[in-house]
Amino acid sequence: MAPTQPAPAPAPSLVDTLFQRSLGDLVKFLRADPSAAGESTAVARALSEIHREIRAPDAATKATALKKLTYLSSLHFAPVASHPLAFPAIELIASPFLPHKRLAYLAASLSLHPASLSLLPLATHQLHKDLSPSTSAAASHNVSSLALQLLASPAAAAAPDLAAHLAHDLVPHLSRGSPRAIAAAARVIAASPSAAVPILFKPLAACLALPDPRASTAAAAAFCELSAPPADAAPFLPLAPDLYNLLTTSRSNWALIKVLKVFGRLAPLESRLAARIVDPVCQLLARSAAMSLTFECIRTVLTALPAHDTAVCLAIGKAKEFLTAEDDPNLRYLGLLALGMLGPTYVSTVHEFRDVIAQSLGDADSNIRREALHLMMRMIDRNNIMGIAGMLVSHAVKSDPEFANDILGAVLAACGHNVYELVSDFDWYVSLLTDMARSLHCAQGDEIGRQLVDVGLRVQDARPELVHSSRTLLIDPALLANHLLCPVLSAAAWVSGEYVNFTKDPVELVEALLQPRTSLLPMSVRAVYIQAVFKVITFCCNSYVERLSDSSKEVAVGLNGLSIDETVSEGRKAPLLSSDEQITVPIGPLFECNEVEVLERARNLIGFVHLIREVQELKESKVYDDEKHSWVKELVKNMQTVFSQEIGPVSSNAQEKVSLPDYIVLNETLAELDDIVSEDDTTPSSSILFYPRSHGSIENRNEPALSLGSSSLLSEHRKRHGLYYLPTGKTEDEPVDYPHANDPLLPASNESSLDDKSNTAQPITCGKKLKALKSRPKVVKLDGEDFLSSMVPSANVPKEDSLSGAVRGVLLDRDLKPSSSQKASDRAYEGIVNKMETGGSSSQWKNNVDAELVGHPTSSSRPSIQPSHEKESTNPLESDGKEVKEPKRHRRSSRGGHHQGKHKHRERHSTQPDVPQAPIIQDFLL
Amino acid sequence: MGIRFVLFVNKQGQTRLAQYYEHLSIDERRALEGEIVRKCLARTDQQCSFVEHRNYKVVYRRYASLFFLVGVDNDENELAILEFIHLFVETMDRHFGNVCELDIMFHLEKVHFMLEEMVMNGCIVETSKQNILAPIQLMEKTS
Repeated sequence: MAPTQPAPAPAPSLVDTLFQRSLGDLVKFLRADPSAAGESTAVARALSEIHREIRAPDAATKATALKKLTYLSSLHFAPVASHPLAFPAIELIASPFLPHKRLAYLAASLSLHPASLSLLPLATHQLHKDLSPSTSAAASHNVSSLALQLLASPAAAAAPDLAAHLAHDLVPHLSRGSPRAIAAAARVIAASPSAAVPILFKPLAACLALPDPRASTAAAAAFCELSAPPADAAPFLPLAPDLYNLLTTSRSNWALIKVLKVFGRLAPLESRLAARIVDPVCQLLARSAAMSLTFECIRTVLTALPAHDTAVCLAIGKAKEFLTAEDDPNLRYLGLLALGMLGPTYVSTVHEFRDVIAQSLGDADSNIRREALHLMMRMIDRNNIMGIAGMLVSHAVKSDPEFANDILGAVLAACGHNVYELVSDFDWYVSLLTDMARSLHCAQGDEIGRQLVDVGLRVQDARPELVHSSRTLLIDPALLANHLLCPVLSAAAWVSGEYVNFTKDPVELVEALLQPRTSLLPMSVRAVYIQAVFKVITFCCNSYVERLSDSSKEVAVGLNGLSIDETVSEGRKAPLLSSDEQITVPIGPLFECNEVEVLERARNLIGFVHLIREVQELKESKVYDDEKHSWVKELVKNMQTVFSQEIGPVSSNAQEKVSLPDYIVLNETLAELDDIVSEDDTTPSSSILFYPRSHGSIENRNEPALSLGSSSLLSEHRKRHGLYYLPTGKTEDEPVDYPHANDPLLPASNESSLDDKSNTAQPITCGKKLKALKSRPKVVKLDGEDFLSSMVPSANVPKEDSLSGAVRGVLLDRDLKPSSSQKASDRAYEGIVNKMETGGSSSQWKNNVDAELVGHPTSSSRPSIQPSHEKESTNPLESDGKEVKEPKRHRRSSRGGHHQGKHKHRERHSTQPDVPQAPIIQDFLL
Repeated sequence: MGIRFVLFVNKQGQTRLAQYYEHLSIDERRALEGEIVRKCLARTDQQCSFVEHRNYKVVYRRYASLFFLVGVDNDENELAILEFIHLFVETMDRHFGNVCELDIMFHLEKVHFMLEEMVMNGCIVETSKQNILAPIQLMEKTS
């Protein structure tokens, strides 16, 4: 709509003055063509007219033009304050004629903005003149109020110089108690505190005690604004006596509300003050008829005076009246807000209102519903989680899509919080997750899928139910078309494949995984499906082979393969083998697939099926080839071993726990890079290529950042390019404490944790006794101690991954010590890897993880645990590791605020039997 | 600052008055007005008069075909703002006599003057109708 600036307009003529359109004409003209195009041409035309008229020598013409301009700028987004148009406005400020002056001031306060501030100094003198009391008394009041108005406008706030220049002129007006001067003074102080506070603060404070209620109200409002949160309220404590006086004597609700707000900020700073104001606040609360004041009292009591029980009870009683106001949604909403302000000590009080809150979940107003949901989530604890979460999920079914997803998201977040801290019955939770996935508008597939897998990894006891629930999801063809559920189906397929031993009917599972409608799934999910089929078939074949060998001991050796087949495997094997057509037919087309993941897995699967078929053919031809048979048997067993490795969660703090080998001196190495890095710190210097393999672009990308690991460099860089850094709340004591932009861990924390897992999968440690809490199943959480010790025996992993290689290297070096038997080259290599991956980055990485935790408190973090286990460590290695880490933990917890719990890494670990180590094929998160 | 902006919007979503107490660029204003108007106009009478929008809370009230929207800080007292809106409407009513949308359109500057008398720097400084209208009456006499 913004028209381009018209070319230099011809000089205004008498005609313009005589036939000028008034504002009324303009409005009619604009209304004549209500379409958007018509309006914008009308605005453009009017602007060009105004542009001409506003330069007329005649003040009346100018004023009318300005009036029209103000109208257009305020309602039609016309760009006004550009230089040629704003100047006349300032010119007119000097007019002796009040209406013109007033118009000019209005235009200036509405349209001046930082870009046009170069004009404001021109007005400074005029403002100064208008503020000075020299002019005649009656007019002076009006004129000065106009100037004050401009001073209080946003335009002046952007010009601290102006504010500072005129601060002295405000003082006489303040001493007269003019409310406008008070408001303007507040603006001036906010705009340039250093210049204005010494001049204006005292007179402003004096206004609080003025007998004129208008002055004291304005002063209360001014101080309320000045003490508002970003500012520090402490300097206003000395005003408490005046404010208290106002609180007890004022009869203006406007003033009382503002005073209560200021006290709400001051009371937490000074406990005696809280005790002092309780009584007057309670009196107001009990007596006032004005709902606004009542609500302000409730807010003050609940937020600032939580220690005064009687006051809180009174406030809750009033809040209850609000909640039960049937006919007024405003009061109901505010009632819920008030309950939300109650501190954690009054959770039981909130429980009393559970019915009302539950009812509000179905309110016609989305704000009320959201507030009710918020309160519901606050009520959840270990005992009532099943009731509340179940009720909410069933409520979600009845709600509109948006709110339904709010509910589901809130339930998922609450249940998943701190590694399912609140959930004690995982069978229930798994079926709840399934119900959520099936509910009509569910768009929370990602989180549900993540939690399904996560529960599978962490909670052994939940796996049978998990597999059962997954089956119901997988066999339902209707779900396949819903693209929102893909992550859930992917997770269900993975779970079914991984924990196939809990499946009752593998054949049905394979059929479900290969049903024709799976072609609707995205390729990444199909890859998971195929891998799951692979796992199921491997499992079936293995159980067949096992039975075969078992029974061949019992059954006479003379029996041939076929009869064994018939006798042993009626249940599982036979139908499966007969169904390899069923497998090859749906898989076949995938050989043409462009997606390598799918293609590769399809080929693996088909290759395996062919091998098995060979055995069958052997049997059918009644040639019993013992050698071949045992070869296949061996193969099946090997495959099964591959898949039988338990996959567990990995602590997000894992990297941090790898300590630095003695012989690496990080700072020295990095100091040499100083000049290279400081010369050009934005582009990765290609000369620092530690790592010859082109393993993953992600790692490579991250190298430059890691190689800059010296804290001084980072802080310097941060100083120079602070704009590009994410803010962290804790940079003071740790300059390197900030997240990296492209850290591979952040977006792919799950994947990388799984990579680690192949090394470290199982905490296999010695039989630590677990204190099982109630009958709650074990939830695997991670602890550095066990993590380390578990890694030592499992270090025979191929150096596939730079990360795991590095971790392994460090561990080997630390625990087995660099022995002379180790090849020198090998050592050098590992040293480099360590340097770059571990040493240089461990603190950064840790911080990244921290940042991630801070950013997504409920995301996939695997921290924190039952405190009871820390003292139980018996393993010397563990206690060793702990000593090293203890100081760090203290330091972090002392500043950790509410994230504290997450950084503690203690564990309740599983006591599963030692499983043979073998590489694991990770697939489910692709 | 308590009040961040005051908007009058008709049922068609056209802005009839816009007063901001903090500086916003034209694009920001356009976006803000569009979003808020869409949010508020979609609401029914059974719903409460408070809408959270970005970091503001919008308190609104509907009179005939006009919506009066006031954007305030999150901790501002919502009910007091509702009272303020009502006072503003009563003041206009007294001045124009049974005020309607057209009055506001054709006398926008007067409505601005009233608002200036009532609110300064986002704070309510004057609540007496007589005091609010006095300067405007004075001006009408002089011109």
